[in-house]
Amino acid sequence: MYVADSRAGTPASAEGAVRPAGRRPAAVAPTVFALGTVSLVTDVSSEMVTAVLPLYLVAGLGLSPLGFGLLDGIHNGFSAVVRLVGGHLADRGGGRHKRVAGLGYGLSALCKPLLLVAHSLTPIGIVLAADRTGKGLRTAPRDALISLSSTPETRGRAFGVHRAMDTAGALLGPLVAFLILRATVDGYDAVFTVSFCVAVTGVLVLVLFVPGGHPAGTAPAAPPAERPTVRAALGLLRHRDLRRVAGCALLLGLATVSDSFVYLLLQRRLDVPDRWFPLLPLGTAAAFLLLAVALGRLADRVGRWAVFLAGHAALLLCYALLLASWHGAALPYLVLALHGAFYAATDGVLMAAASDGVPQGLRSSGLAVVQTGQALARFACSLLFGAVWTVWGDRAALAGATAALAGCAAFSLLLRPGSTSRAPGPPEGTAIP
Amino acid sequence: MTARARLLILLTAVAVLAAVALASVLHASARADRRDRARAGGPAVASGPVSLTGPGRMVFRNMAWGPHRDELTAVPAADPSGPRTASGVKCLRFHAAAGTGICLQAVHGPVSDTYRALVLDARLKERARYDVPGIPSRARVSPTGHFAAWTAFVGGDSYAGTDFSTRAAIVDTRTGRLIPTLESFRIVKDGHPHRAADVNFWGVTFADDDRTFYATMATGGSTYLVRGDLRTRTVTTLHTDVECPSLSPDGTRVAYKKRVRGLPEDAPWRLYVLDLRTMRETPLAETRSVDDQALWRDDHTVVYALPGDYGADLYTVPADGTGSSRRLLTAGLSPAFPG
Repeated sequence: MYVADSRAGTPASAEGAVRPAGRRPAAVAPTVFALGTVSLVTDVSSEMVTAVLPLYLVAGLGLSPLGFGLLDGIHNGFSAVVRLVGGHLADRGGGRHKRVAGLGYGLSALCKPLLLVAHSLTPIGIVLAADRTGKGLRTAPRDALISLSSTPETRGRAFGVHRAMDTAGALLGPLVAFLILRATVDGYDAVFTVSFCVAVTGVLVLVLFVPGGHPAGTAPAAPPAERPTVRAALGLLRHRDLRRVAGCALLLGLATVSDSFVYLLLQRRLDVPDRWFPLLPLGTAAAFLLLAVALGRLADRVGRWAVFLAGHAALLLCYALLLASWHGAALPYLVLALHGAFYAATDGVLMAAASDGVPQGLRSSGLAVVQTGQALARFACSLLFGAVWTVWGDRAALAGATAALAGCAAFSLLLRPGSTSRAPGPPEGTAIP
Repeated sequence: MTARARLLILLTAVAVLAAVALASVLHASARADRRDRARAGGPAVASGPVSLTGPGRMVFRNMAWGPHRDELTAVPAADPSGPRTASGVKCLRFHAAAGTGICLQAVHGPVSDTYRALVLDARLKERARYDVPGIPSRARVSPTGHFAAWTAFVGGDSYAGTDFSTRAAIVDTRTGRLIPTLESFRIVKDGHPHRAADVNFWGVTFADDDRTFYATMATGGSTYLVRGDLRTRTVTTLHTDVECPSLSPDGTRVAYKKRVRGLPEDAPWRLYVLDLRTMRETPLAETRSVDDQALWRDDHTVVYALPGDYGADLYTVPADGTGSSRRLLTAGLSPAFPG
């Protein structure tokens, strides 16, 4: 259905949605709102399951969830590959972003009812792996759609709006799940069913309200040299801008300690009572939600790279506070606010910055390369951090990460990959020499 | 397709999906009626006083359907399938010794469940309460009644998060002093100091000297039996592949679940007894996978739970590897012989 739609050239598309006047700041494109809604709804669905999963395994099924995390390493590597494949598939055939993203959202939605019939660890592990595959598939095409639906001048804000909606869904999900558990007796089946219905709604919003294919009239602008082949995708790394963006994201990722370590350190250093421990990620998410749009707009105004680096400065401050001997009552709030600000200044902003350096025809592949590089670098950092913690203790590990982050940030500052793609950026298609 | 048509399709679909969602919630909430009704043929349960002193009694969490489900319930130790006396105190996990009880409870909050540990006196009155950071898993009181320990599952906060960890706490029931996590103890592994971010403890069991305890420690993908010292705050590894140890009343042996190679991923454990002097392992006669911290009824018999029609049933098996397993009672969990 949507294929025919997209060929019909809906006016809701992308570059066309931006008001030509330009006197007022252009509104965020309807497609971005639609994608934000899809993400919000999908995150409600997936976080519902995530929130009750431990309880379901232990109290519902009587299983021991320990050792479940052992598979995480394999999942991480696998989802990196899936993300690259998703990015590449989406670029082939003249922009199948919507179809590949829809496949990813659909796969994750189908996993929810499967949880109703999986009653032991192995099948549940497989279902969760499939769920993650869906997430890996959809991420790059979705971000490509966001970047293709907004002008270079407003891209930071578009990603900011999307990330804020996404995070709002993640905060709502657990709330919905526990309301259902409260209203029922052992209502895990109800949680999974409702989660499925919510996920299907997300897929429907995508199918009905996100235009497919290339934005009308802009597809031919992509030069033939950038045909979306694997070789072309690899060739992207020859573009100086993208190489520098990817390189810096990778370097900084190598010094970005995984969230769970941050919360663990916070708890250890500040004696956060156990009952508050599950609330720590909510603090980060709340700050992310509140700051995402503002920092996205700021990135449009003062340059994406400046905001991206400032985000890492916030993270650096966050580490420094964890290392310092000051134990004030405001410290946990400050650390979580900085941690959330780090995400708000880097997550969507990096995609906006990377978009400037990737031609339209390879947008998904390019974003997937950057995302995957960053994810793998963070995973390597986690392994290294854990190893240093084992040998020299948590303070030494954090001090090492702090020094590494400072070094990587200084180096990124010298590279200045943003110097050629500062907003307002050059028109589409001319950024690549 | 016009915008109107799209909106119409979406609204219709949302209406159908909402109906399905609502039906599933109503279906699940209707279970409440069934749960509060005693099932024909189930154990007989009546309200009454339950005490943790005096011999010849067994106290456990009653799993039989009806108004007393989840309550601490007493039966004569000599006639465990006899009439049950329910106390009105609900616990997920429970243990008791020397007139002191530990009860791990869920507190249903408006947004999510929280958990707490109650230290109970001999008449099941609350003496102290502590926050438990996650879903309760194991509970144990020292033979003297002076110490209590519990383990909780913590984790699952990232997207499709599957990285769970455990936290084990010990409290001195006389002073109220709490050790929130054994991860603060010094670790001696194979003779060397050990430090790692991935260390987890669970399944504490106490000796009768108010100083020594045993527990499971996991690090680097392996599990170890550790001996802990409450005075020097140190744990020392003794043996590998030991989970949920339970010290025999004479303090010479540990009953535990062992992850046995070649068993299915879903049912990986067998009950074993380890002689602490010779370090010799003896498999017990139970042939099913046991996921429980066993309890010694006396120096020759262990009691443990297996899944059953009501959630869990209690079984016994000789501790020397002979004989066979026998069902002690249906619809029960977390037993204790507090007398």
